[in-house]
Amino acid sequence: MSEPRETHSGPPVYFLERQTYRRRRLEDAARLLPVIGAFAWLVPLLWPRQGPEAPGMGNALIYIFGVWIVLALIGAILSQRLGRREPPEPVRSAEE
Amino acid sequence: MISFNGLVVICLAYVAMLFAVAFTADRFARKGHSRWLRSPIVYTLSLSIYATAWTFYGAVGSAARSGLEYITIYLGPSLVMFGWWWLLRKLVRIGRSQRITSVADLISSRFGKSNLLAVLVTILSVIAATPYIALQLQSVTVSFEVFANGGGTDTGEVVGRNTAFWVAIGLAIFTVIFGTRNLDANERHHGVVMAIAVEAVVKLTALLAVGIFVVWGLAGGVSQTLEVIEASELGQWQVHGGRWAGLIFISGAAFLCLPRMFQVLVVEAADEDHLRTASWAFPAYLMAMSIFVVPIAAVGLAVLPSDANPDLFVLTLPLSQGAEGVAVLSFLGGFSSATSMVIVAAIALSTMVSNHIVMPIWLRLAGGRATISGDVRNVVLTARRVSIVSIVLLGYMYYAVSGGGSALAAIGLISFVGVVQVLPSMIGGIFWRGATRTGAVAGLVIGSVIWLYTFFLPSIGIEVFSERTLAEGPWGLGWLRPQALFGIAGLDPFLHALLWSLALNALAFFGGSVLSFPTPVERLQGAQFVNIFQHSGGPRSWSSGVAQTEDLLIMAQRILGPGEAIALFRREAERQGVRGDLPEPRPDFLETLERELAGSVGAATAHAMVGQIVGGTSVSVQDLIAVADESAQLMEYSARLEAQSAELSSTARQLREANDKLTRLSVQKDAFLSQISHELRTPMSSIRAFSEILRDSGGLSAEEQSKFASIIHDETIRLTRLLDDILDLSVMENGRVSLNMREGRLCDVLDRAVAAGSVGESDEVSLEVRRDRSTEDIVLYTDLDRLSQVFINIISNARKYCEAAKPRLTIRVREQNRALAIDFIDNGQGIPRDSRDVIFEKFARISDQRAGGAGLGLAICRQVMERLGGTITYLPGQGGAGFRVLLPRKAALAAE
Repeated sequence: MSEPRETHSGPPVYFLERQTYRRRRLEDAARLLPVIGAFAWLVPLLWPRQGPEAPGMGNALIYIFGVWIVLALIGAILSQRLGRREPPEPVRSAEE
Repeated sequence: MISFNGLVVICLAYVAMLFAVAFTADRFARKGHSRWLRSPIVYTLSLSIYATAWTFYGAVGSAARSGLEYITIYLGPSLVMFGWWWLLRKLVRIGRSQRITSVADLISSRFGKSNLLAVLVTILSVIAATPYIALQLQSVTVSFEVFANGGGTDTGEVVGRNTAFWVAIGLAIFTVIFGTRNLDANERHHGVVMAIAVEAVVKLTALLAVGIFVVWGLAGGVSQTLEVIEASELGQWQVHGGRWAGLIFISGAAFLCLPRMFQVLVVEAADEDHLRTASWAFPAYLMAMSIFVVPIAAVGLAVLPSDANPDLFVLTLPLSQGAEGVAVLSFLGGFSSATSMVIVAAIALSTMVSNHIVMPIWLRLAGGRATISGDVRNVVLTARRVSIVSIVLLGYMYYAVSGGGSALAAIGLISFVGVVQVLPSMIGGIFWRGATRTGAVAGLVIGSVIWLYTFFLPSIGIEVFSERTLAEGPWGLGWLRPQALFGIAGLDPFLHALLWSLALNALAFFGGSVLSFPTPVERLQGAQFVNIFQHSGGPRSWSSGVAQTEDLLIMAQRILGPGEAIALFRREAERQGVRGDLPEPRPDFLETLERELAGSVGAATAHAMVGQIVGGTSVSVQDLIAVADESAQLMEYSARLEAQSAELSSTARQLREANDKLTRLSVQKDAFLSQISHELRTPMSSIRAFSEILRDSGGLSAEEQSKFASIIHDETIRLTRLLDDILDLSVMENGRVSLNMREGRLCDVLDRAVAAGSVGESDEVSLEVRRDRSTEDIVLYTDLDRLSQVFINIISNARKYCEAAKPRLTIRVREQNRALAIDFIDNGQGIPRDSRDVIFEKFARISDQRAGGAGLGLAICRQVMERLGGTITYLPGQGGAGFRVLLPRKAALAAE
């Protein structure tokens, strides 16, 4: 994810075209999505288990499915945008 | 109530429909109308084989027993799909460019086309999948039983056993027909995929139908359903934290590693772009599959008698309410889940078994001739068909022997932990170039052994481990207790097995990789896999061209079929620009051929087969070294060429410089000649003129005669002096002068020079010479005559050109850091700035007045000083003309 990236020929590119830059950020967002999802779905572990504070099953269901729907929507938007222009074969350095 | 026979009829009709769908799809594909068969939707739906009967029926049961835990099984794969950009994209690209046929093929191909690894992964997969297939058969059987018992048939048990058998047979037939249609496992199984997609729709529809029926039909709406949920024993949020995280992880990992998932995810992927749609559509599908699970469980618990099996709520709930249509639909949904899983698992496993176990053995048995003489195509097809039947029957046998029951219910997780042992090698293989075969083997073996020991064997019954072994460890070794390794007891058995097997697996994988050294093929493959997005070229593997193309064609025909093989060869020949059907056995052709074959028989086998014909020369270290040598030689050669060209250009530059110098010298010589002829002509013409006067004019007085003769005499002297000077200069310039080195004192030299320089001095203007004798007492070792010549020249110049009323010359001797400086400074006008750099040139005279010499004096001085290792320079800013003579110190100190 780090810039500058090595290209096959020539020195590392430090500044990208606006379009390319936007696409790279979209890719970053696509990479982050599962991380956010994993975090959101591990949040229920923090909830209290017993007592009046403990959320009921209904609320738990609504939370988990809510996260699911939001993730799927973001994923749909991201994947749609990522496919709009076929990437000019993203060239990366080997350590990626 | 629908009768059992009625259900059988419905079931058969459904199966017939599936056959029709698969058949039609295959026909469409063959006619080339495969565009709509390869839509992203079909791809997404085909992924739904992840949701098996275990999840279809078992999710509700799990929810009824342990709350929301069931949902983790769907969360993991959802996360993997959301993270497609990280992993799946790379996996699919690798699968497509390397023509990977299975998980085992992926691992084997990555680690140097190692067959050992392929065999390990295959065995592990079969062990893990067999109970899982048994589970599917059981679920179909049990769902049949529900209807059979409900219909009053009291021979449920017998019916069940028979059902499982017939279902297994039916599945095997379907899979053999549609799964081995084309040999190339890498080609899409259009019929199968289409049938699976249809089944996915049926599954989802069935579950949604039951859910809607329960929520709006039984509970009476969403809010009422939530009330029922809150009121039931599910109402509390109770989740075991470790299991929650562990299950999300294991389901995500299994999603990648399960052979059947790999089959639909990577092998059957028609287009990389489909992943984009599936990345959000499949999580949405999973969400839809799981959204009604809790309501069904809660309502089931409330409505049905307490001894009802929660695993079957999906079926029994509508049945108990008399909603037969919904019940049948639900039954078909469960049936679909089970059958689609078994079909794809059988295809995936049979590919692995035939490619990595049967084919290598057969190749070895048949020897070197096999690839040419035997009908490989038939062998592979037969092997695959037999494998399919065996795998399905193995599942049935497992079911029959274990007797069904609750022991099978836990098998899903056990199977997951087993297949996930491939994960370290898979992830490490595609992201880390340092991963080696040794590491992969070590990790796989250790992980599998721990999985078998801690999870698989204890689960299948008490017979394997006695109670005592479980409680005290084998041979009383407490730290080896299967469910409490290293004395850490009290963990959930699933978490215990997952943690230890995967942690030690990854550790062994890493350690083995770090400590071992990969073979060349491994390194090539590693680079190809890890940097798949940079080069999409195939592996360079065939270095020699001794293969007989005809032999290759014969072999390829046997595997790919004659039509396809000839087409491939013709295409390659065209690409190479060769006439006819047989291309040259060039490395790139061999590579293409190998990859085509790999699609049918796996990478390792294809490599071996081509290797047999090409003379067994796969890439060896020697080949690589040869290649490396060659390139090193090339580099050296080009470096030499470069050096030569640099040399040439430097020579050319030198030549150019020499040429320029010659041109300049030639110009200089011309100038010198014209100058010298001018200098010579002046006295010569006056000599001629006066001698002609003497000869021709008779009446000249004696006085006149003597005057003219003395003019002639003066001019000849001047001429002689000029010639002497020129001679002197040229001798010195040519470096042929011999120096007469001797010792002497500086003050003596100066005395002589001052005396000589004052010769012919007129009385009225006498040059006053100021000296400081105390500084001049220095012993020199040099050519004293030449040095005094320089001094004389400077002094006489001062005498000649100093225009002051009282001309005065100061001579200062000073020691500078490394030299002896002798300055001659007069009190005249000095030399104009722009003339200073020409005064040491030949024939350079500043003014015509009192031109006594030819302008060679200072030029000679400079030459002399150069010979003596010193310099003479003009000394500006002294109030008059100043010259500095520098003598090297060694000349001055040598005698001390």
